[in-house]
Amino acid sequence: MQLTNKAKLVDRKPMSIAEKIYLPAIFKGMGITFSHIFKKKVTIQYPEQTRSFSPVFRGLHILNRDEEGRENCTACGLCAVACPAEAITMDAAERLPGEEHLYREEKYAAKYEINMLRCIFCGLCEEACPKDAIYLTETFAPANYSRQSFIYGKDNLVIPHPTENPEAFTKAKGLIDERKAKANQQTA
Amino acid sequence: MDITLLAVDWALVLEKFIFIAFIITVSLVVALYMTFGERKVAAWIQDRLGPNRAGPFGILQPLADGVKMFFKEEIIPTSSNKILFILGPSLAMITAMLTSAVIPWGDKAELFGRTISLQIADVNIGILYVFGILSLGVYGIMIGAWASNNKFSLMGGLRAASQIISYELAMGISLIALIMITGTLSLGEMVHQQKEGWWNFFVQPLGFFIFLICAFAECNRTPFDLAEAENELIGGYHSEYSSLKLGFYLFAEYINMFISSAVMATLYFGGYDIIPFYDESVWGLSANIMALLGAAALFFKILVFIFIFMWVRWTVPRFRYDQLMNLGWKGLIPLALFNMLVTAAVILFLKK
Repeated sequence: MQLTNKAKLVDRKPMSIAEKIYLPAIFKGMGITFSHIFKKKVTIQYPEQTRSFSPVFRGLHILNRDEEGRENCTACGLCAVACPAEAITMDAAERLPGEEHLYREEKYAAKYEINMLRCIFCGLCEEACPKDAIYLTETFAPANYSRQSFIYGKDNLVIPHPTENPEAFTKAKGLIDERKAKANQQTA
Repeated sequence: MDITLLAVDWALVLEKFIFIAFIITVSLVVALYMTFGERKVAAWIQDRLGPNRAGPFGILQPLADGVKMFFKEEIIPTSSNKILFILGPSLAMITAMLTSAVIPWGDKAELFGRTISLQIADVNIGILYVFGILSLGVYGIMIGAWASNNKFSLMGGLRAASQIISYELAMGISLIALIMITGTLSLGEMVHQQKEGWWNFFVQPLGFFIFLICAFAECNRTPFDLAEAENELIGGYHSEYSSLKLGFYLFAEYINMFISSAVMATLYFGGYDIIPFYDESVWGLSANIMALLGAAALFFKILVFIFIFMWVRWTVPRFRYDQLMNLGWKGLIPLALFNMLVTAAVILFLKK
């Protein structure tokens, strides 16, 4: 029964003389390969050039701060619950008097770790976060020699402080804003 | 007995010695950069850029490859025959280098009041010498393959041997036609004739194509690289080789390519003749400059042939073994015989 006309019958005719001496086919092939010498090369010279990421690219995570440099994360654990790979662990702690300049709310994450080897970069943590604290960026984990080094702690995740390193902070903020804008575009 | 009979022309010995050293250096350097050229041509044909990191445009890449080969661990399998195992790659290299002795690299030059022939030895059976050495080349592969004591190596070696023997036949017959036309076996004399008259390619186009195809087979190049068909035989005859011995085998292949390009340019494309159907002596240049220009012309022809070797390699897939034998025995040999008979008939007809 013929359902489509895509089926192709295999041609098992004996080869003609032109096919038997191979030469016409070889010359045709050589013409094709020669023309490719002058074609535009597709190589991207990696360290100097980089391929631009897609607007929905999901890379390494960062933990956000507000404009005064206080950490947004309140260690609610929604990201850890949302994580299908169970890559996120955290320890919550209570903010002590005198630490108001460090943490935005009364509860904060004393320890916050993401195992980048377990993470599948699905972005569900970003969606789950009610406090605008965790974002995925357009970078990926660099190669390393030990598994331990792929467990990213707060020192790797939290973005730079606005007063200590204002340039890096505005850059990180800019990336987050861009990401938010793109996300809004997607939903709109 | 006259004592002068035993006198040795030391200047000639020195001259030849320097020239041999020069030719060997040139072939080694060319072979070195052919590995680089091969990777570049492969890359261009596949829309890539090729090696471009080591040095400007990547020209130091062959040095990096060579250093890598040097510092790799040298492994001699315990069950191998050690003497033959070492002899294999050495023989492959030696036979690859030997052929360069009879190729006329240029016209006669004059230096320090001496007429220097840019040919190591103008043997009057030059072409037979080339053939003899070429058929010795397979021993390097076979001995190495046998000494490895590895089934795949042995199969690769057997394939190489049967392939080279099969294609040598067609190659020899295609050359007989050429020898009938030129009436000489000396390569120097052949080039001289082509300089005066037509390039042999215009007289023997079919013979040239047969020779070209057989040269591909003799060099074990794709589409005839069944001896190292990696999907069937791991690495073929050099499966067990590592480090510089493997390097020698790979290198010998490139030198072979260089030499067969030189032979083809000499036999069919006028050797060091610069322009066909044109008498270059009207330029009125001195003999030395003409010799240099001629050598450059020969070199250019060789480079073109090398490019064709690479171009074909990255275009045509490997033949199956039965296809290879069919092409050799049922295709090329009858064609070469036909070419020979037609040539002979034409020569007879014209001589009448």
